[in-house]
Amino acid sequence: MSDLVATYWAAAPEIVLVVGAMALLMLGVFRPETDGQAEAIGWLAVVVLGVAAWLVLDQPPAREVLFDGGFVVDGFARFMKVLTLAASAGSLILSFDYLREARTLKFEYPVLVLLATAGMMMMISANDLIALYLGLELQSLALYVLAAIRRDDLRSSEAGLKYFVLGALSSGMLLYGASLIYGFTGSTSFASIATASKAAGAGQDIGLVIGLVFLLVGLAFKISAVPFHMWTPDVYEGAPTPVTAFFAAAPKAAAIALLMRVTLGAFVGVGPQWQQVVSALAIASMGLGAFAAIGQTNIKRLLAYSAIGNVGYMLIGLAAGSPEGARGMIIYLVIYVAMTLGAFACVLAMRRQAGMVEEIDELAGLAQTNLGLATVLALLMFSLAGIPPLAGFFAKFYVFIAAVKAGLWPLAIFGVLASVVGAYYYVRIVEVMFFDEPRERFLAVPAKAGLIMALAGLFVLLYVVWPAPLVDSADAAARTLF
Amino acid sequence: MSGFGILSLVTFFPLVGALIIAVQNREAKGNARWIALYTTLFTLGAALYVWAHFDKANAGFQFVEELNWLGGSIKYKMGVDGISVLFVVLTAFLMPLCILASWEAIEERVKEYMIAFLLLETLMLGVFSALDLVLFYLFFEGGLIPMFLIIGVWGGARRVYASFKFFLYTLLGSVLMLLAMMAMYWHAGTTDIPTLMTYKFPADMQWWLWLAFFASFAVKMPMWPVHTWLPDAHVEAPTAGSVILAGILLKMGGYGFLRFSLPMFPLASQEFAPLVFGLSIIAIIYTSLVALAQEDVKKLIAYSSVAHMGFVTMGIFTFTVQGVDGAIFQMLSHGLVSAALFLCVGVVYDRIHTREIAAYGGLVHRMPVYAVVFMVFTLANVGLPGTSGFVGEFLTLVGAFKANTWVAFLATFGVVLSAGYALYLYRRMIFGPLEKPGLRKITDMGYREMVVFAPLVLLTILFGFYPAPLLDVTAVSVKKLVSGYETAIRAASAQAKPEIKTP
Repeated sequence: MSDLVATYWAAAPEIVLVVGAMALLMLGVFRPETDGQAEAIGWLAVVVLGVAAWLVLDQPPAREVLFDGGFVVDGFARFMKVLTLAASAGSLILSFDYLREARTLKFEYPVLVLLATAGMMMMISANDLIALYLGLELQSLALYVLAAIRRDDLRSSEAGLKYFVLGALSSGMLLYGASLIYGFTGSTSFASIATASKAAGAGQDIGLVIGLVFLLVGLAFKISAVPFHMWTPDVYEGAPTPVTAFFAAAPKAAAIALLMRVTLGAFVGVGPQWQQVVSALAIASMGLGAFAAIGQTNIKRLLAYSAIGNVGYMLIGLAAGSPEGARGMIIYLVIYVAMTLGAFACVLAMRRQAGMVEEIDELAGLAQTNLGLATVLALLMFSLAGIPPLAGFFAKFYVFIAAVKAGLWPLAIFGVLASVVGAYYYVRIVEVMFFDEPRERFLAVPAKAGLIMALAGLFVLLYVVWPAPLVDSADAAARTLF
Repeated sequence: MSGFGILSLVTFFPLVGALIIAVQNREAKGNARWIALYTTLFTLGAALYVWAHFDKANAGFQFVEELNWLGGSIKYKMGVDGISVLFVVLTAFLMPLCILASWEAIEERVKEYMIAFLLLETLMLGVFSALDLVLFYLFFEGGLIPMFLIIGVWGGARRVYASFKFFLYTLLGSVLMLLAMMAMYWHAGTTDIPTLMTYKFPADMQWWLWLAFFASFAVKMPMWPVHTWLPDAHVEAPTAGSVILAGILLKMGGYGFLRFSLPMFPLASQEFAPLVFGLSIIAIIYTSLVALAQEDVKKLIAYSSVAHMGFVTMGIFTFTVQGVDGAIFQMLSHGLVSAALFLCVGVVYDRIHTREIAAYGGLVHRMPVYAVVFMVFTLANVGLPGTSGFVGEFLTLVGAFKANTWVAFLATFGVVLSAGYALYLYRRMIFGPLEKPGLRKITDMGYREMVVFAPLVLLTILFGFYPAPLLDVTAVSVKKLVSGYETAIRAASAQAKPEIKTP
């Protein structure tokens, strides 16, 4: 028995998550459905996430490989898992008030979040194409349902359906790529693929390269990199806001982590081949993210384009293909998750008697009706625009410094110019809040959204004072990939 | 040489004041005003302490503080030398005046206004005392946020347009500089400014780095043809905002040339000097002519600022002791004079709420004190001997004569033209009959306003007759800068000669 525990201890966080999800599902099914029941289960889910995070942090720093090499736990995996768990917990806490008011707070909701998170953990630790697909699908299927969780709402159902159809398409491409890779390398294990990709002439191996490209297409869809971003604005707008917050934070972190492990781990030998693809994705994402957002009037759509643009900046770090680049991506992800959760907490606070509002114009004059909310949102927007001394500047700083070291000048120059274009629409929100005439005031900020908002605001504001811990731990995590 | 010290106190004390105001009741407008005033006065005191204890014979950096910050070799490092210490003092000196000038002019959202100004003060002081590239960039760019809000919230009718133009222009200029800083970091392995000032970058790399830094500083300065944000920002900003823009933010460009372009990229500076001369001459002559045609007082002063900054860039790129000394002096003097001119406009704007020159005329009949004060600064703007404006222009022209006679010859036209637009403005506003009905009841300056102007008048005339207190401080550092530049050029040409001989 103790042997068994010792063998599988590295997978304990995932096991806790899955068992916790099952237990909460049973609890929900067999307990009478009352008002407080769903929220109680939600808090229990937060506890499960916390326990899982504690188990991750508690693990010894060594690299462990389980399940015949299909599952790897190293410093990088631990870092990303903690980030994902924190993002899931944060968006879960955000959702309670909103879902109760919208009468959609069902006990299935936290259970689905837990299952999706378990899938993400699997993605982060995937060391085999089969494990990769398992994790990705577990995550995706839970997310499809979450997008459509407001069954009586047309937009929510539409978002779920769109996400499902396009997601299935991307999964198909990914599987096709995986089968090609298997066919040309003879293995699904990342370790064997890495050996094959390092062999002489691997870069000229058309089958392997085409398989790689299809795999990248599938993953680019998950991180909503242009040109595979089409679903993002519609799903972001249509899904209930806390679900959007969840989509924007945790799955992005997991998918980026997976992408990093696939490219920097399995396909390290054919770096020049995927670096071209990643550079193209980065440029297209930054460009579209910057320009397409300018015309948006709905704040959730705007944040969707902002997410697309931000993925572009993260991919700069990947295109550099160096430990500095990986470190930059990790730092970017952490700061991005904090900014995104904060921004969506602010969107959740846009409530009037008549219900939620999502138009940017509704924020007019917010600085005069609710200065606290306006200040936090302004901080987050300036931070997303990358203006120092806020945290968002450092996010960009570390990916650009990696690009400069790698000599990727076109990418770096395009990136900084796109960030100036992007600054326009972020700053426009500040303009609306601070310069325009006030409108009817919002209802008081819900306590839980206020908590997340305050935490995110303090983080982006004070990161500059003590940046070393995040940089050092991201550096350590990035080095385990190389 | 480590830990926090007096410079951090100077830099971050306004931030403390801003935090105290932040926790005040929103209705207590008086509190916000008084706290802001005390904070800025204390900061001024601390800055004067730095000036008093500054060792004029030492060309290196003083009051150096160093702490680990971003990890690696990127540190929190502060310090001042002869070039930067006076800008610190100028910033600290102008801030209390700005607070006083906004005392009654700002009635809406006083608390936020004062917080924005104190925040801006911290960031500006940081720019002049940062000794690390990343730290410098942080302060340099961070200033955009409060200034954007100051123009946009408390500005005039076209404030939204002006604030966006200001923000995006400056940001666009700066991001390329950021990439250049990163390239310097990887090449030299450090972001420590004193180390980089002696580091020798290869000539072709200098070329690109110089251009990237130039993009940022030329916008900030602003140099022709990227000056167009300035008239808009000046016109729409509230009075104190214009004062800070003209008095300090513009100086960051000139300071940047002196701190980065000249010592770090001497070869590229030499190569690009003709470009800078050309742009400076265009700025001096063209914007002076543009100023002559303005109908709006603030716009006129804004264009005159661009012209005066032309003297500064010209002086810096003569690479002579006189030229660089003159450029620094011109920046300090312009900091006083243009700030005072904007305050002068603010005085009448507060009374009849228009900036149209045509709406004024004959003010001397009702406002004799104002007419005298305005006269002092008009003449200082012209560069009349006996005012601080003269010393700077004269020294830069001397430097320019040494470097290139034609440049000096053309720049001298700027002096004549500045007399043209400044005196023409003065005649239209102050002299003539008092005909406009709106002006019949206008009152002269009150005590608060006199308190604001008294130190400015005093210093403008004092430094006109006796510029030594300022020039003494800069002398040693400027000599070191110029001799460092000459050594680098000589070394490069000595290196180039054998190569020609070898074949």
